[in-house]
Amino acid sequence: MLDRRLELDPRVALRPEPFGALAYHYGNRKLIFLKHPDVVRVVRSLDGHDTLADVLRSCEIDEARWPAFESALTALTESEMLHEHQPVATG
Amino acid sequence: MSTNPSRLVEQLKGGLDAPICLTWELTYACNLECVHCLSSSGRRDPRELTTAEAKAVLDELHDLQVFYINIGGGEPMIRRDFFELLEYSIGRGIGVKFSTNGAFIDADKARRLASMDYLDIQISLDGTDAITNDAVRGEGSYDTAIRAMNHLRDAGFGEFKISVVVTRHNVDQLDEFKALADSFGAQLRITRLRPSGRGADSWHDLHPTNAQQRQIYEWLLAHGDNVLTGDSFFHLNALGEEPLPGLNMCGAGRVVCLIDPIGDVYACPFVIHDEFKAGSVRDLGGFAKVWKHSDLFAELREPQSAGACTSCGSYDACQGGCMAAKFFVGIPLDGPDPECVSGHGEAAMLAASAERPRPMMDHSKPVKVAAPERIPVTIGRR
Repeated sequence: MLDRRLELDPRVALRPEPFGALAYHYGNRKLIFLKHPDVVRVVRSLDGHDTLADVLRSCEIDEARWPAFESALTALTESEMLHEHQPVATG
Repeated sequence: MSTNPSRLVEQLKGGLDAPICLTWELTYACNLECVHCLSSSGRRDPRELTTAEAKAVLDELHDLQVFYINIGGGEPMIRRDFFELLEYSIGRGIGVKFSTNGAFIDADKARRLASMDYLDIQISLDGTDAITNDAVRGEGSYDTAIRAMNHLRDAGFGEFKISVVVTRHNVDQLDEFKALADSFGAQLRITRLRPSGRGADSWHDLHPTNAQQRQIYEWLLAHGDNVLTGDSFFHLNALGEEPLPGLNMCGAGRVVCLIDPIGDVYACPFVIHDEFKAGSVRDLGGFAKVWKHSDLFAELREPQSAGACTSCGSYDACQGGCMAAKFFVGIPLDGPDPECVSGHGEAAMLAASAERPRPMMDHSKPVKVAAPERIPVTIGRR
């Protein structure tokens, strides 16, 4: 997981809430609670980093908490909120 | 994300910056007169929001980042600007799920609906045969619903929803409903009957018996992952160790609310009564101000007392049940749910004052009286 390059599905909207954020997928209509502001920060920072480990470092997430973030982001990939980075076709 | 789910529920009870589940009844006009109609619909209200007002509300919901809305009525497709509002909402990034009896879905409309993104349709059906359904929803309404489903399937709409209000007469048909939905490639949604609207009168004869409540609970444990419920059966959680899927809480005013056809905002779709009216989208500050600052919603977001249920070991499981159900049978809001699975509801109903609160918006059509007998008149030629 840590070496994967993930990105937010373009059909997902994030809405800030006191506990973190709500993520809604307009494609599969799933609604997910991001239950910590740090998870929201990490998800918003995915773009522009080559690996999840890079993202966690750039967000200054203590390494002791990385396993929790790995499982949180795994759950988000399972609900298709996140997926593997797909290079944008050019030309 | 490993947070204890009950902590999330505690946070949700404190309210969200905008509703997750917003129901908007577009009109009180309806071609049907279902005996359990939550909004006592029938006749259009002359004060109904105009197209421009409705669009302004959608603009606000867009700004609040409301992801989707549940449109109902009345029969929402009766509104002449129905498609205009649908397209406007979706264009603003607000997905729509609308409930309909299907009367206005012909082949053309089905194709138009099938061509739209971010749209879900719920066809209401309360029996898997005409006799069971039509007893509640009116003569011919079963055929109407099935015809609409055929049109949606033929148009390639994809997975629409069949929405069932569970009563004591259709509870034995749950497997058949599921099979019917499967045969259309549709998804089944079952919800709880409430004593709201015209249901205030019909509920006492229609609501499931105690034995049937257990039947619903067990059926949902077996099938619940593939069946939608609007999380409306959480009062049944007191029946066993295993909670039903979904949020175990009353969302009224916290994550849920209702906008009625004239723009009044209520705590939930089941409490169209002044006591649960938080304001109007027509007030200064619009919907956002009502959602964020109304006294009623602030009160509902405070920790609630378990009241008469404090000493009951099941309170954590059932949360005292449904506020609307208590209200319209005359039980205090901190009393037990009328369908309390431990039987406390029946005692509470007996103890309740004889004067039950009445739903305050009645748009039922006037009762038809038999036409006076015509007296034949012979008109002679001059």
